[in-house]
Amino acid sequence: MSVIVEGLVRRFGATAALDGVSLSIREGEFAALLGPSGSGKTTLLRVLAGLEPQEAGRVAIAGREMAGVPARERGIGVVFQNYALFRHMSVFDNIAFGLSVQPRGRRPDRAETAARVRELLRLTQIPELERRWPDQLSGGQRQRVALARALAIQPKLLLLDEPFGALDALVRREVRRWLRGLHERLGITTILVTHDQEEAMELADRVAVMDRGRIAQFDAPAAILDSPATPFVAGFVGEAARLEGAVGGGVLRFGQAALPPLAVSLPDGPALAFIRPWDLLAEPAAEAADQGRVRQVRPGSQAQPRVIVDLPGGVALDAMARPGVPLERGQPCRLRLLSAQVFGADGRRENAFPSDAQAERDETGLPRGAAGPGRLPLRSG
Amino acid sequence: MSAGPALSPRARRQTAIPGFGLAFGITLFWLSAIVLVPLLALLLRPFELGLDGLWASLAEPRVAASLRLSFGAALLAAALAAPLGLLLAWAVVRLRFPGRAVLDAAIDLPFALPTAVAGLALTALLAPNGWLGAPLAAWFGWQVAFTPAGIVVALLFVALPFTARTVEPVLRDLGREAEEAAATLGASRLQTLRRVVLPALAPALLTGFGLGFARAVGEYGSVIFIAGNMPMVSEIAPLLITIRLEQFDYAGAAAIGLAMLLLAFGVLLLLNLAQRALRRGLA
Amino acid sequence: MNATEDPRWFRALLALLAILTGLLLLALPLAAVFAEALRRGWDVARAAILEPDTLAAIRMTLIVAAISVPLNTVGGLAAAWCIAKHDFPGKRLLLVLVELPLSVSPVIAGLVFVLVFGLQGWLGPWLQARGIQVIFALPGLVLATLFVTFPFVARTVLPLMQDQGRAEEEAAATLGASGWQIFQRVTLPNIRWALLAGVLLCNARAMGEFGAVSVVSGHIRGQTNTMPLHVEILYNEYQFAGAAAVAALLALLGLVTLVAKSVLERLSGRRVSGAEGAPMRMLTVVSGGLLLPFVQV
Repeated sequence: MSVIVEGLVRRFGATAALDGVSLSIREGEFAALLGPSGSGKTTLLRVLAGLEPQEAGRVAIAGREMAGVPARERGIGVVFQNYALFRHMSVFDNIAFGLSVQPRGRRPDRAETAARVRELLRLTQIPELERRWPDQLSGGQRQRVALARALAIQPKLLLLDEPFGALDALVRREVRRWLRGLHERLGITTILVTHDQEEAMELADRVAVMDRGRIAQFDAPAAILDSPATPFVAGFVGEAARLEGAVGGGVLRFGQAALPPLAVSLPDGPALAFIRPWDLLAEPAAEAADQGRVRQVRPGSQAQPRVIVDLPGGVALDAMARPGVPLERGQPCRLRLLSAQVFGADGRRENAFPSDAQAERDETGLPRGAAGPGRLPLRSG
Repeated sequence: MSAGPALSPRARRQTAIPGFGLAFGITLFWLSAIVLVPLLALLLRPFELGLDGLWASLAEPRVAASLRLSFGAALLAAALAAPLGLLLAWAVVRLRFPGRAVLDAAIDLPFALPTAVAGLALTALLAPNGWLGAPLAAWFGWQVAFTPAGIVVALLFVALPFTARTVEPVLRDLGREAEEAAATLGASRLQTLRRVVLPALAPALLTGFGLGFARAVGEYGSVIFIAGNMPMVSEIAPLLITIRLEQFDYAGAAAIGLAMLLLAFGVLLLLNLAQRALRRGLA
Repeated sequence: MNATEDPRWFRALLALLAILTGLLLLALPLAAVFAEALRRGWDVARAAILEPDTLAAIRMTLIVAAISVPLNTVGGLAAAWCIAKHDFPGKRLLLVLVELPLSVSPVIAGLVFVLVFGLQGWLGPWLQARGIQVIFALPGLVLATLFVTFPFVARTVLPLMQDQGRAEEEAAATLGASGWQIFQRVTLPNIRWALLAGVLLCNARAMGEFGAVSVVSGHIRGQTNTMPLHVEILYNEYQFAGAAAVAALLALLGLVTLVAKSVLERLSGRRVSGAEGAPMRMLTVVSGGLLLPFVQV
């Protein structure tokens, strides 16, 4: 079931939670709405579910206009943020609820309802919980019950509002994988709301990054990481550090001796660069006034630990250590910039490389973002 | 092997905050002097009659009638107060209308109004020449004041805030999510109210009912003005206690008091069990 | 329209019903008292209040409240402080006992003191031999009032004290403060509005109490009569206007308490919970204790 949203507006008092949202989701797609809190993603979900009225714009689901259609007639499965399980009903009754409120003619009989509920319990891998009560369940179990309850009405569209928020980190990872597998099996068009980019990137076919009531970018995860459409997207995804610089004659300089300049084809003027940790290599250097200094070494991958480097002027950047070249706390170091996303004064974006980019890459032997330990011609620091 | 100095039981169970001893001492002394010792008298003195005498004292028709009236009227009043309290709580939490804040404050009126005032007020209102009593008598031929019906009205007045105020916070906490979930699952508004909202409020309603009943069954001040106090007809049990005291029948008075306490305790225990059954899975 | 909103006509109907209930059951009785008091005119009402016996009843009410409210404030604070800020075995039992008077009929509250101090009470003969009168005298009125108002202060400050936790008190203890210093300089300032509300509620009940004091008072006009009891005496003597005038005065006390309570609720940002839930809480604890052995955990 496809979802088409055009120019959607929803205001709360003076603030616009949705400020002209347009989005088109394909049948069977798994889409994620990603954004910081207050960006309007939950409001968008609630408008789609029919829980919140729209003030302007249109929503069409499977070609049907949704304006004025009450939530109960939409047939959309919703998994609420805190699951909203009915506390006074057993797991079985929770899942059966959607079946039991259908109009009398369509309502399945007792045996059929039970069979459907059991099937859903099997599907969500919780058959043993049938007779339990919501208060006796763990977070992960509640989530599965909520999902089974939403699936019971055989929705053509599934909306998930921060479904992993109440789970601890370990369970979260496992449930995420399981959910993606379930989506592949059932093929239900699914929209997930989350503020966790890792979650969105891992689960979704396409991710819509939301910024103050608008969709900043709607694209495949890799595309969002590699070619962010706006400075907001570049800053929000991928742990990028934001650095201001100035472009002059095709060269971006940061006013930092420790950071090499980048070759760009942007007009002269101020520019914003977003640098990801894995685009920045730290290596030991001789003591010097304009050198960086290792503030902290994070035990990441053994071969290539991550470090935080203090630069003169109070700037701190996340970087990767050169594979096989250990760095210690307090050690002076030099930074090697592999690439950066740069937004010029005219708003254009460019994936910029150092002036001697090609040489640099050949020399390190590293494709961007990947670590190949032990194959590096070491430089003497 | 070496262990640290053994902790005294006191040190183990207390928090790090000093000052427990004095406060606990004051509390225990106060509690014993004001509440526990006097209540002990209530437990012990009826047995001065001997078991047979105690039974005879309670089996007197006038006593039995007064207990029946007190408990019947209190149960009826609490049963009426439950839906009305739900209505008031719903209005205060869910609706927006002019005067809502005043209504919200007014719900507490029976808590704050001295019972004698309530009794006098309801009597003035419902007496055959009162604002409500006159039309009721003229149109329907009903007399409320000085009959058991008047007792129920007075008890409804004192019980109402208990049901309203017990349901209100639960309704507030209920939030909209469960109702929204029901709507997305295809339930009509009526189905949602009947199957999601009402069951969620049921334990609170039952508690409110119990609290209203507990208050109503012992109520004295507001009832004696409006009741008429006819033996066997409109004489409540607490009134009979005072009558026996005036006759210096201490043990007999204590017997009624003890019977009231035990009966009320039994009713509340049943309600409590019903509530457990309602909550089943909720631990 | 919102997904969880009822149709407009239904909401309007509910609001109307609620207002009607409020008017009939709550507002109208209150109005009736004032109307009754002023039916024969302002002067009659004034004269009824200024009558010597009425003035004596007002004085007695004030004396009883002035003695019992401070005593119960101290006791209630001590109990709340123990329960909220300390751990000890039997804590739930203590809470139940503190709330116990709320589950007891006011008449029984009076009765128990007659059983102990009355002429045929446990201590009656001993007291009489020494010429000490408790029942039908001020001490009896104070005792009965203490009993019925016992839980009010503890119950209003306790939820707040529990919500606030112990971190601040523990911090004060690590800084070397004594128990009294902690109570006075850390706990008390944190609960001041709730405490004030508790004292007000305690006072309203103390001044308005009828059943308990009725049993121990003896209704001696001009001597052991409090205002609520005087209302009854006047009423039984068919002095309806006088009774209504005194009742109106008491109703004003109730209204002032109500207004003050909602102001304090606004100041402290939370509802003053009062002591309403006590009987059920008691039963939950007690039946929990009774049933626990039979329930599989």
